[in-house]
Amino acid sequence: MQIPAPFDYVRATSVDDALELLSRHGAESRVVAGGHSLLPMMKLRLSRPEWLIDINDLYELDFILRDGDKLRVGALTRHTTLLESAEVAGLFPIVRDAESVIADPIVRNRGTIGGSLCQADPAEDLSTVCDVLGAEAVIRGPGGERILTMADFHRGPYETAAGPDELLCELRFPVRSRSGSAYEKVERRVGDWAVGAAGASVTLAGDGTIADAAVGLTALGLDHTVAEAGAVLRGQRPAEELFVEAGRLAAAACDPVDDQRGPIDYKRHLADELTRRVLRLACTRAIQTQEG
Amino acid sequence: MQINMTVNGNEVTNDIEPRVLLVHYVREVLGLTGTHWGCDTSNCGTCVVLMDGQPVKSCTVLAAMAAGHDIRTVEGLAAGGTLDPVQQGFMAEHGLQCGFCTSGMMLTARALLDKNPHPDDTEIRQAISGQICRCTGYATIVRSVHWAAAHPAGADAAATVDAVLDGTDNAVPDIATELVETEVKA
Repeated sequence: MQIPAPFDYVRATSVDDALELLSRHGAESRVVAGGHSLLPMMKLRLSRPEWLIDINDLYELDFILRDGDKLRVGALTRHTTLLESAEVAGLFPIVRDAESVIADPIVRNRGTIGGSLCQADPAEDLSTVCDVLGAEAVIRGPGGERILTMADFHRGPYETAAGPDELLCELRFPVRSRSGSAYEKVERRVGDWAVGAAGASVTLAGDGTIADAAVGLTALGLDHTVAEAGAVLRGQRPAEELFVEAGRLAAAACDPVDDQRGPIDYKRHLADELTRRVLRLACTRAIQTQEG
Repeated sequence: MQINMTVNGNEVTNDIEPRVLLVHYVREVLGLTGTHWGCDTSNCGTCVVLMDGQPVKSCTVLAAMAAGHDIRTVEGLAAGGTLDPVQQGFMAEHGLQCGFCTSGMMLTARALLDKNPHPDDTEIRQAISGQICRCTGYATIVRSVHWAAAHPAGADAAATVDAVLDGTDNAVPDIATELVETEVKA
C-alpha cells in the first residue's frame, strides 16, 4: 500500500491566501491542484512536503478568457475543460491535439494546465504546446506579478522559474491571424509517457510564405523549440521539401535517451517524422484559417 | 483533521489524517468496499468514484481534497431497490467476468451517459480508456453501456411512460418489445 508521509493540509481560500501560506511555509510546502503528478510522487516518498496547500477552491484561477489579442487561461483550468473548449480549439488546434492524448479522460478531469507546466516532466505535453505558441506565464509572489516567456519559465526537467513562495496563476497565448498549429504523440498505450511527440505552430504572411514558425519536441531531450527548424521555415512557402528539411534539423537537434520506450535511433526517427507531420497539418490549418 | 462530505446522498463527518486517500477513506472508514483498490498509481481505474458527477481515480485524491464535495460510489448507483440502467446493462450484456473493474466501469458509464445519452462505440471506448479490464472483456462492457443508453429507464416493466419519454427516442418501442417478449415467455 502506497501512503504519503505525514503532512499538514491547508486549503487556500484565495490567491492572496495561497501566497501568504507559501511565504509562511515556503520550501517545506507544495501546492496541490489536480494532484495526479504530486500525489503519486508523495506516495512513493519521492516528495515529502511538510505542508500541502490545496488550491482547488481558487475558482478565480479557472477561466478561459479572450482579452484583445491574447487568450488568457487560468492555471487551475482542467485538462478536460481545455479539451472541450471550442474557443481554444478554434484559435489553437494544437491544444485539442495535445489534450486528447494527455493521460486518460479520468485523469484529465482533475489535472490542470498549471500543474502540468509546474511539474515540468520531460514527457509532459503542454510545455511544448505553450512553447511553440509563444505563451507567457504569469507568476505571482510576495514581490508582485511577473510575466515570463516559456523559455524563461521552463528551465528543464522538473524545474521552472516559479520560486517556492510563488504561484503560477495564468498563461497568456498570443492570438495571431493566418495561423495554424498541430501536435502528435507516439505512446505505447493510453496514459503512458510519450515515446516522443512534436508540436508546431505556423503563421503565414499575406503572400502565403511562412512569417513565423516554431517546432517543439516532447520527451526527446530538448527543453526548448528547435531554433534551426524555425529559422529554415521562416520566409519560405510551405512545401514538402521544407518540412523534410525541418524534420532533419529537429532529429539532429534532439538528444533522446535510450530507455524501455525505445532506442535513440528510433526516437530520432520520431523527431524527424513527427516534425514533418505536425508542420504539414499546421500549415494546412493556417491556410484554411486564411481562406476561412 | 475533520472532514465533511456527501457520500451517496448521505452527509458524513470523520476525523482523519490528511494523508488518507479517498479510496481508503471510502473503503475502510465508511465501509463501502464496492470501490476497489487496484494499482495505486492512477493507471487501472478500478478505484473510480464520481466526484461532483465526474469520474475520478480515488487512489490519487486525498479524502481531505474531497471534503465539501459530492461523492458517489457504486453503492449509490441503485435507487430505491432498483438497479441503475447501467447495472442492468452489465447484467443483460454480461459486462463483467471477475468483477474487479466493474464498479469503476459502471460509474464512468453513468457519468458518460449523463453527459452524452447516445454515445457511439468510439466515445464509450474513449471514456473507459483510463480503466483496465484484466479479463479483457471490453466488447461486452461496451455493449453493456449501449444497452443502458437504449434503456434509460431500465428494463423495469413498471417504468412509467413519462420516465421513458425523458430518455431516448427509441426507448418506448424498446420497452414495448420487451414487454411483449415477457408476455410470450410467460
